Amino acid sequence: MSKLINLISMGAGEVAPEDIKAYQQIGGFEALKKAMSMSPAQIVEEVKAAKLLGRGGAAFPLGIKWEHLLHIEGEPKYIVCNADEGEPGTFKDRFVLRQVPLRLFEGIAIAGYVFNSPKAYIYLRGEYRDLKEKLLSIIDKAKSAGFLGKNILGSNYSLEIEIISGAGAYICGENSALLNSTEGKVGRPRIKPPHLAEVGLFQMPTLVNNVESLAAIPEILLLGGQRYLELGHPDSGGSKLISLAGHCLQRGIYEIPLGRLTLRDIIFDPELGGGIADGKKLKFFHLGGQSGAIGHPDQLDTVYSYTDLRAAGLSVGSGAVVVMDESVSILEYLKAVNEFFIHESCGKCVPCREGNRQIHKILDRLLIPGAATRTDLATLRRLIDTMTAASFCGLGQTAAVAISTAWKHFKSEFEANVVDGPEHYKLAVG
Amino acid sequence: MSTQKELVNLTIDGIAVTVPAGTTILEAARRANVNIPTLCDHPDLGRRAVCRLCVVECNGGRKLKAACANEVWEGANVVTDNPRIRQIRRTILELILADHPKDCLSCVRNGSCELQALAERFGIRKHVFKVGIPAQEPLLHSGTLVRQMSKCVKCGRCIAACREVQQVHAINSVSRSLSYALGTPYNTMLGDGTCTFCGRCASVCPVGAIYENDQVNDIFDILADPENHVVVQTAPAVRVALGEAFGLPAGSISTGKMVAALKRLGFSKVFDTDFAADLTIMEEGHEFLDRLKNDGKLPMITSCCPGWINFAETFFPDLLDHLSSCKSPQQMFGAVAKTYYAEKLGIAREKIRVVSIMPCTAKKFERARPEMKENNDPDVDFVLTTRELARMLKAAGIEMNNLPEAEFDRIMGESTGAGVIFGASGGVMEAALRTVYEVVTGAELPSLDFEDLRGYHGVKYSKVELPGRTVKLAVVNSLGNARALMQDLRAGKTDVDFIEVMACPGGCVGGAGQPYGSSAKVKERIKGIYIEDKNLPLRKSHQNSEVQTLYREFLGEPLSERAHHLLHTHYHPRHK
Repeated sequence: MSKLINLISMGAGEVAPEDIKAYQQIGGFEALKKAMSMSPAQIVEEVKAAKLLGRGGAAFPLGIKWEHLLHIEGEPKYIVCNADEGEPGTFKDRFVLRQVPLRLFEGIAIAGYVFNSPKAYIYLRGEYRDLKEKLLSIIDKAKSAGFLGKNILGSNYSLEIEIISGAGAYICGENSALLNSTEGKVGRPRIKPPHLAEVGLFQMPTLVNNVESLAAIPEILLLGGQRYLELGHPDSGGSKLISLAGHCLQRGIYEIPLGRLTLRDIIFDPELGGGIADGKKLKFFHLGGQSGAIGHPDQLDTVYSYTDLRAAGLSVGSGAVVVMDESVSILEYLKAVNEFFIHESCGKCVPCREGNRQIHKILDRLLIPGAATRTDLATLRRLIDTMTAASFCGLGQTAAVAISTAWKHFKSEFEANVVDGPEHYKLAVG
Repeated sequence: MSTQKELVNLTIDGIAVTVPAGTTILEAARRANVNIPTLCDHPDLGRRAVCRLCVVECNGGRKLKAACANEVWEGANVVTDNPRIRQIRRTILELILADHPKDCLSCVRNGSCELQALAERFGIRKHVFKVGIPAQEPLLHSGTLVRQMSKCVKCGRCIAACREVQQVHAINSVSRSLSYALGTPYNTMLGDGTCTFCGRCASVCPVGAIYENDQVNDIFDILADPENHVVVQTAPAVRVALGEAFGLPAGSISTGKMVAALKRLGFSKVFDTDFAADLTIMEEGHEFLDRLKNDGKLPMITSCCPGWINFAETFFPDLLDHLSSCKSPQQMFGAVAKTYYAEKLGIAREKIRVVSIMPCTAKKFERARPEMKENNDPDVDFVLTTRELARMLKAAGIEMNNLPEAEFDRIMGESTGAGVIFGASGGVMEAALRTVYEVVTGAELPSLDFEDLRGYHGVKYSKVELPGRTVKLAVVNSLGNARALMQDLRAGKTDVDFIEVMACPGGCVGGAGQPYGSSAKVKERIKGIYIEDKNLPLRKSHQNSEVQTLYREFLGEPLSERAHHLLHTHYHPRHK
């Protein structure tokens, strides 16, 4: 029996992404029809029952977010789909956009109906700009078929979808920065509160959801929230798209039921990762994106669910699983992660802008025999604590997660080059 | 106020506090005498929360909240200080210091720097982090403002002041990550953009990244040259603020001691810009009456404030004919000093050096305008801000507070209360009304105090009854408020005859050249201005005997040809 599941990915690779009829033949737009026979409150109840956790990485319960927005006064309410998939090692939203975009549009239309939104925006990652025209033409087709645009399914409800192209800044994946960028402003995060549900796009109440979250909505309505929940983990229903990358044999996108597979299954099962390439040994894996935790082979039997991973000090995050073999230096790897955050920090708050820069200097020294001291390690700890606790937004707060988790697993590698003694102090601060 | 704000109870470091809903944690802590360190926060600017020094623990959570940007909630348990918080704050401060030049000894903000004060508070004894960015040289913009961006701590106050308060948008945040900077579009000079040189950016900068062009040493030099006859004028707002630099509370009136201190510095004559303010009222009041009588362009808008003039020329070139053609008091003073005064004393114009002490940075820009010169000789040679004067006095070792009071010199040193109140928002309007009313009606005003026009508030309306006509008045301060009113004027939505505009919140007392501080100080200075007004024997400009003599002996009458030549100017659209 297959370890995989086909909810979001149903029809992927079999049905042409722009073929409305074919999509209908596999149940496409049935959920939208069903939704439009329900009240918004009933739909929200189903989403709540499904225990769908936000798939962008923050894992906030979607049903709670929807319910909250439902009770907020103010019109219009906007739907914003976060398609700014910028996490290195994460490419599952691109999979949805390429393979099953109609499922995403259906999810957006359902969300739009729930909040009576006249307009939805898809904020498309700058590097995915080649997808834009194709997506627009599919939107047009769906409009002609009556599933989007004016008077959806002959009702009074109309929804326009606009695609906004990002310009390549990772920080624009942060929801408030994303809204600023959509408004034409500089993509830097906003002070919260007020929350985006209350003061969002163009100051109006706004729902911001990830591509995968919205694409999960149709199946939730078709199956019913309870059934969707049962397919996954009791705390978090349904399936998750994982992006498998790095040194495993079969890299790619896999849709797995939550709470059923272990990390070992994901990396080594012949149906999934298929093990490490070139007969090498697994050294570590990096889960959930650059801001996620580093895992050790000792943790391979952890079940892949939000709850189990959290208990093991790991996280689902974006669904990225980056596998690294024994040839990789952990410090070199962490330097690359750190350089990513240095490059992508918006720069406005001190801990993130300056902290990442100083961490880089210390990582550099840790790689050179005799260059780093115990003081450097203490300073590194201090920087990690400061950035994590005091940064303005999630980017800075999580930028050091990889370092702090890897430090636990690879203490000896961290400290291999460290010396004590005052004679090295000059070098250390230089 | 009819809406009573709901009260919120919380605990800060174990102290029970009750504050109105909407209060920030930072403000609530201050009310409980808990002093949370801050750097980017400024009481007169919106929330930015970027320095992160004010982080606190709430309800035992590991994630810290910025006290400046989070509002209190019922039952919150806030911890503002413990070893963990202290270490995180220290790390943040060390990170800020990492790429900050450590040249405090030669910095203009030595002793008034907020970063320096934080380093002292945290007991910084060594610099843990280094960055190694080459220092940038200070850059002088239009002879007025200096920007030295390697000292910038990226707190964003300057941008908030420029964008939110003034709505000038001359500077903005640029780039991201390590290149994140606060600067002009495409790194152009301020004078090539929309900058009005109001200096709000400099007045809120916590460090030495933006400041006035310091010309103290130039003044020492011209004073040392025996060939020069150096006269100084002091603006009304200076006398209620200078004392702050010598430890006096804001609003303390130090007119006499300031005059004595200036005499000790060696100025040949110490004159009063108030005299020129009274002269301005004579011209501007008559100009207004002339516009009323002869269907001139109304509303007439005051032209004393150089920041406002730059703003109008940049953003409202279509409304320039609403501006009074009167020069500002500073420039009227310069023009009169280098003609009337020179003639009267028999000193050649080129030997006279006119120095102004102003609460303002834009006055440095104004004095250099081509319209303010005679044969390429500027009417005003140097402008020092209040801050620079304080530094100059300290450099000369003059303890101003200990000096016996002295009087302004004749023949341009007499002041009325009307001249003094030019220093506060609403004052020019009030001074004009005191004279205009009497000129038109021949009768005394029932009351000289126009309370509606006074105070820190940014937009004020009033009216006055003249025979056969109600004259409607509007007073705005800050360029943001001016923009709103000018947009209304452009759209034909205003119903006023006379508008006073001052670029700085509160008027000149809140000028960007004044000792550092927030609006709390400005409000105290406003009180000082009106006390000084009340204390003066004469309170109406046309009663100024020296001004009367000037007209009798030299100018003829208000709006005469000579007055036009010396005391009036014209405006040009900028960047066209």
